[in-house]
Amino acid sequence: MSVTGPRLQPTLFEMSRPGRGGGKIPHPPKDALERIPVAARRASPPALPELSEPEVVRHYVNLSQLNHAVDTGFYPLGSCTMKFNPKLNEWAARLPGFADLHPLAPDELAQGTLQLLWELEEALAEISGMRAVTLQPAAGAQGELTGILMVRAYHRGRGDLERTEVLVPDSSHGTNPATASMAGFRTITIPSARDGGVDVDAFRAALGPRTAAVMITNPSTLGLFESRIGELLEEVHAAGALAYMDGANLNAILGRFKPGAAGFDVMHFNVHKTFSTPHGGGGPGAGPVGVGETLEPFLPSPRVLREADGRYRLERPGERPTTIGRLRSFVGNTGVLVRAYAYIRAHGGSGLREVSDDAVLAANYLKVRLGGVFDVPFERHCKHEFVASAASLKKETGIRTLDIAKRLIDFGYHPPTIYFPLIVEEAMLIEPTETETLETLDAFVETLIAIAAEARADPDVIHEAPHTTPVRRLDEATAARQPNLRWRTAAGAETPCPD
Amino acid sequence: MPYGPHTADDRARMLETIGIASIDELFDDIPVALRASRLDLPGPVPELELAAQLQALADRNRTDLASFLGAGVYRHYTPAAVDQLLLRGEWYTAYTPYQPEVSQGTLQSIYEYQSLLAELVGLDVVSASHYDGAAATAEAALMTCRQTRRTRVLISRAIHRHYRETTRTYFAGGELDLEEIPLVADGPAAGTTDLAALGRLLAEPDRPVAGVIAGQPNALGLLEPMGAIGEAAHGAGALFVAVVEPVSLAVLEPPGRYGADIAAGEGQPLGIPPQYGGPYLGILAATEPLVRQIPGRLVGMTTDVDGRRAFVMTMRAREQDIRRERAASNICTNQALLALAASIYLATVGPHGLRDVAALGAARAAELEAALAAVGAPRLHAGPYLNEFVVRVPDAPAVHRRLLGRGVLAGLVLAEAEPDDPSLADGLLVCATEVTTPAEIAHFATALREELAR
Amino acid sequence: MVPGDLRYTKDHEWVRVEGDTATIGITQYAADQLGDIVFVELPATGAPLVQFATFGVVESVKAVSDLFAPIAGAVVGTNESLANSPEQVNSDPYGQGWLVKVRVTETGQLDELLDPAAYDALIAAG
Repeated sequence: MSVTGPRLQPTLFEMSRPGRGGGKIPHPPKDALERIPVAARRASPPALPELSEPEVVRHYVNLSQLNHAVDTGFYPLGSCTMKFNPKLNEWAARLPGFADLHPLAPDELAQGTLQLLWELEEALAEISGMRAVTLQPAAGAQGELTGILMVRAYHRGRGDLERTEVLVPDSSHGTNPATASMAGFRTITIPSARDGGVDVDAFRAALGPRTAAVMITNPSTLGLFESRIGELLEEVHAAGALAYMDGANLNAILGRFKPGAAGFDVMHFNVHKTFSTPHGGGGPGAGPVGVGETLEPFLPSPRVLREADGRYRLERPGERPTTIGRLRSFVGNTGVLVRAYAYIRAHGGSGLREVSDDAVLAANYLKVRLGGVFDVPFERHCKHEFVASAASLKKETGIRTLDIAKRLIDFGYHPPTIYFPLIVEEAMLIEPTETETLETLDAFVETLIAIAAEARADPDVIHEAPHTTPVRRLDEATAARQPNLRWRTAAGAETPCPD
Repeated sequence: MPYGPHTADDRARMLETIGIASIDELFDDIPVALRASRLDLPGPVPELELAAQLQALADRNRTDLASFLGAGVYRHYTPAAVDQLLLRGEWYTAYTPYQPEVSQGTLQSIYEYQSLLAELVGLDVVSASHYDGAAATAEAALMTCRQTRRTRVLISRAIHRHYRETTRTYFAGGELDLEEIPLVADGPAAGTTDLAALGRLLAEPDRPVAGVIAGQPNALGLLEPMGAIGEAAHGAGALFVAVVEPVSLAVLEPPGRYGADIAAGEGQPLGIPPQYGGPYLGILAATEPLVRQIPGRLVGMTTDVDGRRAFVMTMRAREQDIRRERAASNICTNQALLALAASIYLATVGPHGLRDVAALGAARAAELEAALAAVGAPRLHAGPYLNEFVVRVPDAPAVHRRLLGRGVLAGLVLAEAEPDDPSLADGLLVCATEVTTPAEIAHFATALREELAR
Repeated sequence: MVPGDLRYTKDHEWVRVEGDTATIGITQYAADQLGDIVFVELPATGAPLVQFATFGVVESVKAVSDLFAPIAGAVVGTNESLANSPEQVNSDPYGQGWLVKVRVTETGQLDELLDPAAYDALIAAG
């Protein structure tokens, strides 16, 4: 294989030359390590690359340009809410007062951050209609684990040890069943109704004295609001179970539907979706969890508390024995939460409602415009995203959703989420968000129309797409069969430290 | 709305295309009884005012003290290049590299991260990142249970308290047992994992152990006999998990050399600011035979259809989006941007710079030890340490509080952090790094002498 | 046409019985549906298989699928070459790509499986 193609970069290790770099850290005294027993010391320095700063900078700038990002183009990746990430929020999170604060600093040194966290909890409680919120979970999936462990603690606290099952619809995110397993429950998968919604009758049949919780994504992963949700929640509670809401799709319902008020017992927020914190190529996120009265005693510790005199403090170890404990170190991904706080404050209550209004408007606009081009399996109004399908086009031309996705890349778009949810054949889950101009939406529609025409006229060009990217379709089978997960430095490249 | 582009005309055009009169109609499927009232939140704040409000909140925090607080999160110098590069939108606003053709930047950077960390820890398989050191430790503990099909894990009491608590939480669902290995009470090895007690726990009949977890340096700053702990674990058929601090690995023997099967740790010291708890970087690494047990994303090198070298997420079928309830972990979003920060940090300081960071911290810590001992606060333990240690101060909580007023954050009050360990009641856990100055050390020593003389 | 000397499950496993030993694999149809197979997880020697219960997992690049036992028995051997060359399941599913061999006690269970014609009909129906 060629080491690199045009625009591709060698690895840091290939660029390394002994003796390059330095000038960042003062040299320590020669005897600095003499008091460390020889047996505990490293025999030879790690074979890390030696590079000058200009090379490092050029390497990473060039690498960055191989990525598609929200800042470079439209990113209609369903279920991921790739909206604009405001720059003010980046500035705020880097303020030394926030960035340099040690997480174990005494409360009196941390009043600003504690106030911010407390106010953010209050805002999220209002948005969700929940009674209380923990900001501790590091991501949505950890929020799910937090929620389901609280459900477990609740049932156990009542001496109800028989509830060993969690019901999950077949359209759910994979994190839902994986979370149920991690929390020690058996997952019961419930097929969706024909209209894509929850099948209340199927849930009713599965609900019983062994049901600990149901996990519902609302709007669903098909982008549809679960109109029978009230009925379902009544059934769930009548069976003695609790209702978890996966908040991944909250961007559709801000100011329109409050899960807690509607009867959900617990939900998580994906602040890196709804509240615009950057996705960072796969993280960091933050996954706060809101709970109703039933689960409040079980929230992770420490909580952020406000004293009668207006001062803020963290809960002390052992202060609330009913807690499920900790999910991670310290209080949470505070730097991410600063950004979410800034986003919520910038919008205010009215602006957040407009966020959802415009996100839903844009999705329905795209759905209507693409209706004649692709199959749109569900007729009703969608929420912030919708599923289109290339099933008919595939029958006619052999062009699959994967091919369309790859061809979109040639035109400068990030493809939608494909082959999810699993219950729709040749699915494309399209989520435009509220921050894309009408011109962008129109251009995207025109491109998809052109690709559909191309599928009939010149399918080979689509089969072989993408054509314009630095690399083309990859050999993923060999990558998995003979995994190469790290660079191996050639022998002898390790050099001793100069002093 | 501050970041939305739509004009009234845009909205009207979209409504017309959809064939409805108002946006409200798009929400008709929410049952009337469940429709929300307005959000009771303050109104929108213009950027100028919001910036001032955020600045005011940041200013309510106090970060101006001379700080000797570490305990799992360490102040370090971060070269300017790190944040400058990190701020590029191409990194910042991209998501999980599901489409490798337009994600080679993120994918190669993760592969490089895996490679850099593999060099540091001396283990071949490094996950693309976990949430933080605590969650990585918990996942490591779960790995040992899956691999050995046993349900009992032993964790040293000198593992960070938050890591122990997190692991306990993660264990709740699986009906797994987490037992603590006590520490040596006195003598030259005081404060380190008690090998004799470990031997007894490992020898309990009918209670086989899946994994043994110990830290290097441990949570009291002391160096542990990692080789001996690993031998004991392996002798009982258990896996050995080392909890490590990455900067120290520039100078300390790497886990792969002393027999660790898994390494977990907190990557925050590699160019990531303290920011009151996160986002940080969970490091999780393992030997090659454990590759199928390691949870989370992995990036591998491969080729494209034209034979060009390329990078891709691999061994995906282990993960939750495919394996659902049978996945090893539910982790999805990780800490990719922080892994990138760590990589840029390591590339910028280089192997010799990293050694200088570790060694200069050790030198400053020795100066701190001498200065504190000279004013009546000697070390509590006798064994070797790298850059963090416990000093004995009479009435430590009160002295610590008074020192705040003198501009000194005198480390961690162990009576509050570890209330159930009376041997630490007078202890302050203090650390120094390369950013600790001789002037700060002198300031601390002087203030402490005056407080102790009161 | 699928091989005529085998019996099949509706979950796309095949079995060949010779004496008291049964060899088990997945069909070409299953291998094609899964795409590039990258990993096969098999039971240990000695493990008991229960007819129609899961006994392992096969992974492709982007899918994972359970393996269901066509016949009961104790595992006497697994195809160790698949650890390094799982692609054999794609390239030669009825030969080099076999999965496990079991010692069979109840050959009568074969009557509960599909014969080649019935299996052909099953995959033709999609």
